[in-house]
Amino acid sequence: MAKNQPVGGQAPIVQRIRLRYAKRGPLRFTSHRDFARAFERALRRGAVPIAFSQGFTPHPKISYASAAPTGVGSEAEYLEIGLQREVDPEQLRLALDAALSPGLDILDAVVAGAGSLADRIDASRWLLELPGVDPADAAAAVKAFTDLDEVLVERMTKQGRRSFDARQAVTSIDVTEQSAIPSEADGAPCAIIDLVVRQVTPAVRPDDVLSGLRVAAGLEPPVPPRVTRLAQGTLTAQGEIIDPLDADRDPALPV
Amino acid sequence: MSVRSVFPQLEQLLPRVSKPIQYVGGELGAVVKDWDATTVRWALMYPDAYEVGLPNQGVQILYEVLNEQDDVLAERTYAVWPDLEALMKEHGVPQFTVDAHRPVKAFDVLGLSFATELGYTNMLSALELAGIPLDSADRGDDDPIVLAGGHASFNPEPIADFIDAAVLGDGEEAVLEITGIIREWKAEGRPGGRDELLLRLARTESIYVPRFYDVDYLADGRIQRVVPNRPDVPFRVAKRTTMDLDAWPYPKKPLVPLAETVHERYAVEIFRGCTRGCRFCQAGMITRPVRERSITTVGQMIKEGLEFSGFSEVGLLSLSSADHSEIGDMCSGLAEQYEGTNVSLSLPSTRVDAFNIDLAQELSKNGRRTGLTFAPEGGSERIRKVINKMVTEEDLLRTVVTAYSNGWRQVKLYFMCGLPTETDDDVLQIGRMAHEVIKAGRIAAGTKDIRCTVSIGGFVPKPHTPFQWAPMERPEVIDARLQLLKQEINSDRSLGRAIGYRYHDGEPSLIEGLLSRGDRRVGAVIRRVWEKGGRFDGWSEHFSYARWVEACAEVLPQFGVDLDWFTTREREQAEVLPWDHLDSGLDKDWLWQDWQDSKSEYEQDDCRWTPCFDCGVCPSMDTEIQIGPTGKKLLPLTPVNNLRVPA
Repeated sequence: MAKNQPVGGQAPIVQRIRLRYAKRGPLRFTSHRDFARAFERALRRGAVPIAFSQGFTPHPKISYASAAPTGVGSEAEYLEIGLQREVDPEQLRLALDAALSPGLDILDAVVAGAGSLADRIDASRWLLELPGVDPADAAAAVKAFTDLDEVLVERMTKQGRRSFDARQAVTSIDVTEQSAIPSEADGAPCAIIDLVVRQVTPAVRPDDVLSGLRVAAGLEPPVPPRVTRLAQGTLTAQGEIIDPLDADRDPALPV
Repeated sequence: MSVRSVFPQLEQLLPRVSKPIQYVGGELGAVVKDWDATTVRWALMYPDAYEVGLPNQGVQILYEVLNEQDDVLAERTYAVWPDLEALMKEHGVPQFTVDAHRPVKAFDVLGLSFATELGYTNMLSALELAGIPLDSADRGDDDPIVLAGGHASFNPEPIADFIDAAVLGDGEEAVLEITGIIREWKAEGRPGGRDELLLRLARTESIYVPRFYDVDYLADGRIQRVVPNRPDVPFRVAKRTTMDLDAWPYPKKPLVPLAETVHERYAVEIFRGCTRGCRFCQAGMITRPVRERSITTVGQMIKEGLEFSGFSEVGLLSLSSADHSEIGDMCSGLAEQYEGTNVSLSLPSTRVDAFNIDLAQELSKNGRRTGLTFAPEGGSERIRKVINKMVTEEDLLRTVVTAYSNGWRQVKLYFMCGLPTETDDDVLQIGRMAHEVIKAGRIAAGTKDIRCTVSIGGFVPKPHTPFQWAPMERPEVIDARLQLLKQEINSDRSLGRAIGYRYHDGEPSLIEGLLSRGDRRVGAVIRRVWEKGGRFDGWSEHFSYARWVEACAEVLPQFGVDLDWFTTREREQAEVLPWDHLDSGLDKDWLWQDWQDSKSEYEQDDCRWTPCFDCGVCPSMDTEIQIGPTGKKLLPLTPVNNLRVPA
């Protein structure tokens, strides 16, 4: 194979930039693969001097942090790109945001400092909207769930049907106060749950916690709940989640 | 009256279906307009799955042409998969457009682009989901005009019950003319309702309205005649031809999907039409004459198309791209312009010609090599003369040897099975030819490590071609020949191992043949198949031959005909064909002569380089061949050094 390698290499990486982006509204149905293709096209539309890997089929240098599942909205997805020329992060953010469909929005851009993005992410905060569910019923289900030490749920994975605990990874789960406001035009109730889950293996996703609420208290939402990731980052002892880009903005912060 | 989006209802169903992103819209290039600020509204449908329909050039061009008009709104709709169809029925969600999720029934026109007849059942599903009566006769003033276009509309008789009108040929100008007629009719207060509107369309003499024509049959089942049943409706309806492709440089803003689709590239049509004269090729017959887009327009379209879309692949499309009069300069110019940019250029190479390899060589300067495909179409010299594919075995061997000695390790050869007059031997020659290719290729490449893929499609006789009279071969004969060929290829194990073999069974082709050359009586078969659950007939996992055969047996006997009558029967010169009143410009006597020439293995040259052979198109359609060269060259592009903020 070696003799088939093209001569002449790709330009080296001179700058790394980390981005936070959102998947909003109808475009929350974008899968991770769909987003990756759209992002590569946005790099070309925006004339971003992206660096490429070596070899016969050079790939743009992009690495993604854990992506939200298809159908789940997000305000806090992260990725890092390698560039062959230095650019101003804010100009880059504007160019990429304009090059992507509305609903795939680039929110923040910083020059990468030391340490890896993945090492700064160990938990996520999620917002779960449950149209047609009475907030009181949701609160009762949440209480039943938190009263247990272990809640076994099942999910289909690539290895087949797996059973695992959805309880231990949940560091906080609350029915929020604004739940009382009816979200639908017909005045039907809508419970809203604020959820913080640690990154564990196997991953516990919001739908696993919803399965847990069904297992623990028989909560069955009449329509598919709407889920949004609000934040990803380092979980502090106080239960706050620190934006992983903060450390790049201010290198004095502990990594 | 404004129209509400059905997205809130649809959104509840999306988490329960596969690949929901295909129903969401939001593509770059998509246009959403204020409903109330427009007067003529088109829903454009490609009646197949989104992943196939989205890249379709025809729909993209018309979408852009229509939306450029201030008072016109065009949105797109595609066939929904059975999982979503079931949920939409259960929850009362109608067929919707992906742009603004408006119900299709609310539009003035539902325009369907039929690249193949296998989309007919999907049209019925869409009509039912939309709440539009299946039968044209049952529709009222509030229903859209259901309009068919695309190559299959050159014989829309099998769907005559379901459509209100059909346009033959190029759509760019036709959609604007239809828009004008609807605009005027609406402004006048819709005089005479739907009937009057259809009559106004029919009077253009280039829009076919099936209900204004009566078909009479002879006792033996053949057609006696097709005649207009209204005054001032023309006896024959003529196809459209868009002249001067440089004046129509679409798509300018190609649709860029979020979902994965079959083609992710900026496609530019470098010319339209083909006069190579392959006798099986409907596209080449009905799109005459050749009209080239100039090298400078092509270069400009690619530059702007790539900047707009961010695609990294460019396809230079046409029916035989290497035939463009400026193809050499175009390929070398583009290769230079995009060198070092990771943009890959491809040319669907179908002609067996060493020149194609020079072009492919130019285009792969970036280091990315697309595959090489050649289409000799027929295995024996004899059958290639029958189909007028002027390629000798020496041509083919010289071409593949050039490819292998220039570093290609794999070539693909495309053939057809079931051609008129074909014998087992004609097909077995494909195997012998593949053996010769590998033998010569191994010597040329200096290694045993080369491959050749033989891909075989089933021949389907099409309207408006010299083979429109030809009998189809029975599926079991086709399948037996394909098995014999497999044995022939593997008769030498060393060579056979280097040859890949792909083919399609004969059964789907027979049904495509029924739909291609059917008349109005075939409509009952389509309806029956659809009622029995037929959907997505172009997909092998959804297509059911048994369902089509059953439906034919149920509904055709009442007319005194059957599946064989439409497919394996040879037609005579005097027979009135279902599409005789639809004018592709081709002189029927010329087509018949070409059919006779085919049987006597007489080859017909290309009128771009030899004198006119009187196929009839240019004089009857008032068109002419438009080819270069213009003598112009592509200039180097200035490299971009700053971030670009797209509009």
